[in-house]
Amino acid sequence: MAQQNPDNLNRRKFLREGLFGGTLAMLGAAAAAISAKGRKTEYVWQIDPYKCIGCGNCATHCVLNESAVKCVHTYAMCGYCDLCTGYFVPEPKALDTAAENQLCPTGAIIRTFVEDPYFEYTIDEPLCIGCGKCVVGCAAFGNGSLFLQVRHDRCVNCNECAIAAACPSQAFKRVPADQPYLLKDGQ
Amino acid sequence: MTRTRRVFTLLILASLCAASAWAIERFPPPEFETDYVMKETTVPGPRAEWRQAVDVTVLFAALCAASWLVLKKRSRRGVFVLMLFCLVYFGFWRKGCVCSIGAIGNVCLSIFNAEYAAPWYVVAFFFLPLVFTLFFGRTFCAGVCPLGAIQDAVLLRPLQLPAWLESALRLMAWLYLSLAVLFAATASAFIICRYDPFIAFFRFGANPAMWVVSIAMLVIAVFVGRPYCRFLCPYGVLLRQVGRVSKFRVTITPDECIQCRLCEDACPFGAIDKPTVEWPQKEYVRGRQRLLILIGCVPLFIAGGAWIGWKVAPKLATAHPTVALAERVKLEQAGVFTDRIDASKAFYSSGKLLEELYAENDEKQTQFAVGSAMVGGWMGLVAVISLLRHSIFWKRSDYEAHRAGCVACGRCYNYCPRHRKWKENKALL
Ligand code: SF4
Ligand code: SF4
Ligand code: SF4
Ligand code: SF4
Repeated sequence: MAQQNPDNLNRRKFLREGLFGGTLAMLGAAAAAISAKGRKTEYVWQIDPYKCIGCGNCATHCVLNESAVKCVHTYAMCGYCDLCTGYFVPEPKALDTAAENQLCPTGAIIRTFVEDPYFEYTIDEPLCIGCGKCVVGCAAFGNGSLFLQVRHDRCVNCNECAIAAACPSQAFKRVPADQPYLLKDGQ
Repeated sequence: MTRTRRVFTLLILASLCAASAWAIERFPPPEFETDYVMKETTVPGPRAEWRQAVDVTVLFAALCAASWLVLKKRSRRGVFVLMLFCLVYFGFWRKGCVCSIGAIGNVCLSIFNAEYAAPWYVVAFFFLPLVFTLFFGRTFCAGVCPLGAIQDAVLLRPLQLPAWLESALRLMAWLYLSLAVLFAATASAFIICRYDPFIAFFRFGANPAMWVVSIAMLVIAVFVGRPYCRFLCPYGVLLRQVGRVSKFRVTITPDECIQCRLCEDACPFGAIDKPTVEWPQKEYVRGRQRLLILIGCVPLFIAGGAWIGWKVAPKLATAHPTVALAERVKLEQAGVFTDRIDASKAFYSSGKLLEELYAENDEKQTQFAVGSAMVGGWMGLVAVISLLRHSIFWKRSDYEAHRAGCVACGRCYNYCPRHRKWKENKALL
């Protein structure tokens, strides 16, 4: 072992301790400053339905193989139309539940007769892939009561949502976890 | 048939008349005569809040355990088991989010953006490992980080890299960190999360390009110890610097180094420093000359870096969706593109004014010009310092784990005869 000058060693130790203390103080100050801005609760991702254009990215860009985005329905806004343009392809052969007449690629919309001439449309969520086809159809010619939302029972809440990064209309935003939905309310 | 067609034509006409295509009440909700009860939209909630507290507690406990196992128990096996647990918990169970590395993005956004404040537990994920590293060295990397763990677990045939290559590649991590800060601060993107090369495994899902990157990274990790940690990890850059001044740290031997050289090649991460011999006078003089020249060049490096940064700023700025949109719309307006992409369609249907969009674009462009020049200048400084270091003579008498580079994995312990002796003695007691 090489001889070390004790003076030198002491100086080095002192310097190191100073740096240690300095760094600790810096970390503490930074942590305090950042927590001072104070957010107790989490953010989650949500789609602003008034910005969403139903481009289809939600179905393909989620990190989950089956997207966390699903179609939801604000029933109070719905016209309960017989000819639902969210349900039927343009110019359907007949107004029935035959697959060829349905807009939804997975047949995820359930059409139930309520009373003449009204029909209720419900989303069968496990089938919905969040492609937004019905959303576009409903918004184009109907009341716009069908829209896409991130379903938080499925979403793993990525720090940066992969769909948000691919969303052409910048419709994704971080919302407080205690108000995790941006539902259309018909107002 | 004809009836539906007529209805459709009517509908199309009606919708054309409508000013905004969204949420127009074209068909008033019916007054039902039967006793139909209207359904409510279901709103399943996110993960309960207390679970975040559980994550932070697990993080804290794992950090304590890792530090104890590495420094006190000196047990590679213990660290390895802990590492696997954390890989399963933070990686596969918690799906890799939130992690301390990605938290850099949240912290930066929180600092630079008025509307965003990082939630408390993200702040905890960011600071806890730094504080632990300041006390105990990078025990977080050894036993807690799921990204480190997945690389460490597949390291089967480690190759040693030459030191110059190592320090050159390390500049990538600095660049990655600087860009991550820039993009997060301008609210453009969390690139650390977007390009996380292991999240694909944790979630069994990613886009094809990321799958290619992820698999390539894992294959490299079989031969090159922790390639992400050493050459890319932006959080690792911070941990390295904090590690330099840590209170305690990994020592290969529990007591004294007997210069047996057995640990010389033990570290798969190139983190063991050999004792240095005095430089010959000639080399010393040359080193000193080089040092002076480099110091003289510091402003040049900074200015050069800043210039490059300033030059590439407009390119970088397109990472912000508003900038990308504005640039596209500009070209569409100029007639360069005649077709419209989804983003510009969304813009036109939103009713926002062109001027508004352009103003936002200008503001972002300015932010990027300044930020990118700063990143460039900073990178120039980092590069010149990493060069400088090779011209300085560092005195070392023993084999030592490098304060910054050692990820505290504990692999070298068992190579050291003093350690084995120490273990035997402990077993006897
Ligand atoms: S059309 Fe697409 S978004 Fe609508 S219900 Fe079907 S799968 Fe879901
Ligand atoms: S945050 Fe992740 S899981 Fe949730 S919708 Fe976005 S990409 Fe999918
Ligand atoms: S260097 Fe980065 S990725 Fe590697 S273990 Fe440390 S924090 Fe994790
Ligand atoms: S503990 Fe030893 S083997 Fe592991 S990184 Fe540190 S020096 Fe290398």
